[in-house]
Amino acid sequence: MSAKRPYDEMRTADGTIRQHYRAHAEWLAGQPQDFLEQKQREANALYTRLGITFAVYGDESGTERSIPFDIIPRIIRPAAWKIISDGARQRVRALNAFLKDVYHEQEIIKAGIIPAAQVTGNPAYRPEMKGVKVPGDVYVHIAGVDIVKTDEGLFYVLEDNLRTPSGVSYVLENRKMMMRLFPDLFSRMPVAPVDHFTDDLLENLRAVAPAHTNQPTVVVMTPGAHNSAYFEHAFLAQQMGVELVEGQDMFVNNDIVYLRTTDGPQRVDVIYRRIDDDFLDPLAFRPDSALGVPGLFSAYRAGNVNLANAIGTGVADDKSTYLYVPQMIEFYLNEKPIIANVPTYTLSDPEDLAYTLAHLPELVVKEVHGSGGYGMLVGPTSTKEQIAEFRKVIENNPTNYIAQPTLALSTCPTFADSEIVPRHVDLRPYVLSGREVTLVPGGLTRVALRAGSLVVNSSQGGGTKDTWVLEDHSC
Amino acid sequence: MLSRQANNLYWMSRQIERAENTARLLDITYRMSLLPYRVVDTGQDWAEPWALPLIINGLASDYYESHPGPITSDKVLRYMVIDNTNPSSIYSLMRAARENGRSMRGLLTTEMYEDLNAMWLELRSRSETALSNGGINDFFEWIKTQSHQFRGVTVGTMLRDEAYQFIRLGTFMERADNTVRLLDVKYHTLLPSAEEVGGAVDYYQWSALLRSVSALSSYRRIYRDVITPKRVAELLILRDDLPRSLHACLNEIYEILGDLCKHESMEPERLAGEMHAQLHYGRVEQIMEVGLHEYLMEFLERLHTLNAELNHQFLVPVDTALPKTATTATQKQSA
Repeated sequence: MSAKRPYDEMRTADGTIRQHYRAHAEWLAGQPQDFLEQKQREANALYTRLGITFAVYGDESGTERSIPFDIIPRIIRPAAWKIISDGARQRVRALNAFLKDVYHEQEIIKAGIIPAAQVTGNPAYRPEMKGVKVPGDVYVHIAGVDIVKTDEGLFYVLEDNLRTPSGVSYVLENRKMMMRLFPDLFSRMPVAPVDHFTDDLLENLRAVAPAHTNQPTVVVMTPGAHNSAYFEHAFLAQQMGVELVEGQDMFVNNDIVYLRTTDGPQRVDVIYRRIDDDFLDPLAFRPDSALGVPGLFSAYRAGNVNLANAIGTGVADDKSTYLYVPQMIEFYLNEKPIIANVPTYTLSDPEDLAYTLAHLPELVVKEVHGSGGYGMLVGPTSTKEQIAEFRKVIENNPTNYIAQPTLALSTCPTFADSEIVPRHVDLRPYVLSGREVTLVPGGLTRVALRAGSLVVNSSQGGGTKDTWVLEDHSC
Repeated sequence: MLSRQANNLYWMSRQIERAENTARLLDITYRMSLLPYRVVDTGQDWAEPWALPLIINGLASDYYESHPGPITSDKVLRYMVIDNTNPSSIYSLMRAARENGRSMRGLLTTEMYEDLNAMWLELRSRSETALSNGGINDFFEWIKTQSHQFRGVTVGTMLRDEAYQFIRLGTFMERADNTVRLLDVKYHTLLPSAEEVGGAVDYYQWSALLRSVSALSSYRRIYRDVITPKRVAELLILRDDLPRSLHACLNEIYEILGDLCKHESMEPERLAGEMHAQLHYGRVEQIMEVGLHEYLMEFLERLHTLNAELNHQFLVPVDTALPKTATTATQKQSA
């Protein structure tokens, strides 16, 4: 842990409750002794009964788990939200411009800002997308930007998720849960609503439909009921009132995509796909994919169907491209980055590598293409043996890693072990791009439930919280 | 709706109905095997009562492959009730029905899904003890009750939309199929040579068969007379007031297809109409003249044709079945 105490979002250093947490704290003080205990039990039971779960891979009996939900909301002041919201939108605008550029003119390479190898040599770069025109020049229709706070008004972007970011169903379900558990709190506090997210999403998807129709048919495409995020796919389809389809439900004829329905073939215009590029079309990508639709890519390239997100967005969100996002913002938007990147050492650089190997106990080391909290080292919380072990891994293949200083993530009050204690959090707001770039006030707050832990991933003992953005500017 | 959705729902209800019918069939087999007038050993396996459920469900060769040696009640029950390698065992059918229901959860009501899920969870704890403690009759009763309950929840809670129609269609297609197969049982049960048709063994076999489709007391109320093959055939084929008769099933199927076939002259509706008319205007004398077995086999064949048409039209359509409008759109696109 860094020597400095982490920033506590609820209390100042002398223990005073910050203005925006006061209404909640006063209300809580008026509740009976075992109130929270009881509400937490109620929440857990509801989540299990509603089946808001993710599947556990390799469990034949079909067991599903729910992600732990914490009943203390994370409260965000309007001023802080403005930074997050402006910063996240700015980033997504720049990343969209970058994607359009790398699949067309490649100005940013010509300008010498980013090396060609970083773009066209990246395994996530899709040469097939070169010159393909996508409706509205929108590549990233749904982005999840992971943001952490380390001090008053000081935010960093940890990473951009531009492929098929998940978790937004928890934002909506967590809010419903909180309104069910604590209806009176919402009458006391001006919490900005989030439930219009799916309306916005549908409107955006319709806005990027191919030009041949003004009554586009939108579908959500899932890999199937055994996917760990299947609940979310079904949830979003249901909330938008569109069909949830699998690859086998569609076929392509003459570069047009059809649904197989009981009423005959029905044309599809926009596919919100929750399936990776590789599996979309066995004719264009992985030939062994049974999840995709043969001919889909060809129909997409012909402009007869749109995909959200576009194919090939991965080139913009891996951890080595991340380094260049501040420059992208300046290059494409001619603006200064509102939220900074975390300082990052690229281990393909000999100087950075030397520094990193000398400072492993202070650093976080991540795989360039990794996700989900796997394959990483958190120096300050690791043992000497673990660090030594990881050192060998890095030395074997340094280009596969980046390193960052361990950030003192802010903490939020969290109900754990029958008391309210500070726990580290991050935030993933969901940014929608269609005609405009928007986001709903809030996002997924992930919380590391273990004391002192900085890893918020659900696969590593993390939970979620409802995120309250206050609308009252007096806070 | 999506063809896959329709297909999963159709099979979900077929699987539940089939589990119920398998329980009914095993139940009568069990009762028949307890009769004092046993079928004598003719030296042929297929004359053994425990071969019946296998023959009726078309599982005999699969069974013999995995179960060498003489047929025993225990082996057949195990194979038909809890064997998870047999896709037609009650266990496998319920597992498949639950999987189908789970993947189509958004189309079911909460009550339906909860009922289906609870059924599956309890089945797992019940099936093993059913066989070990001799509580097999209780188990069959339980399966029947669960099937009744799920059907009741469906009828009582579900919106009358396309999804509902495909669920109902599955029930009646499966039920008709089962009634045909069951009625054909008698063809496979040879009477011991010394026994006359109409003798005691014959009587018990017919009454067990009626009981298996809950039709024994209905028979008595309608005919108030001894059980004869002709009357049983009339009751189970032509009477439309008996809920498991072919006529009653086709009434439902024809009506449902009338709703589902939105375009004129669709083949499934025509086929069902033809089958329905044959039952509606048929006479039992004609059936007996053709021969009951022959009549039933032809009916089964038609039922299979109808099922193939349902696949073709609704459930697993082939890609080339593009409507006129789509072809026009394609041409416009390339122009």
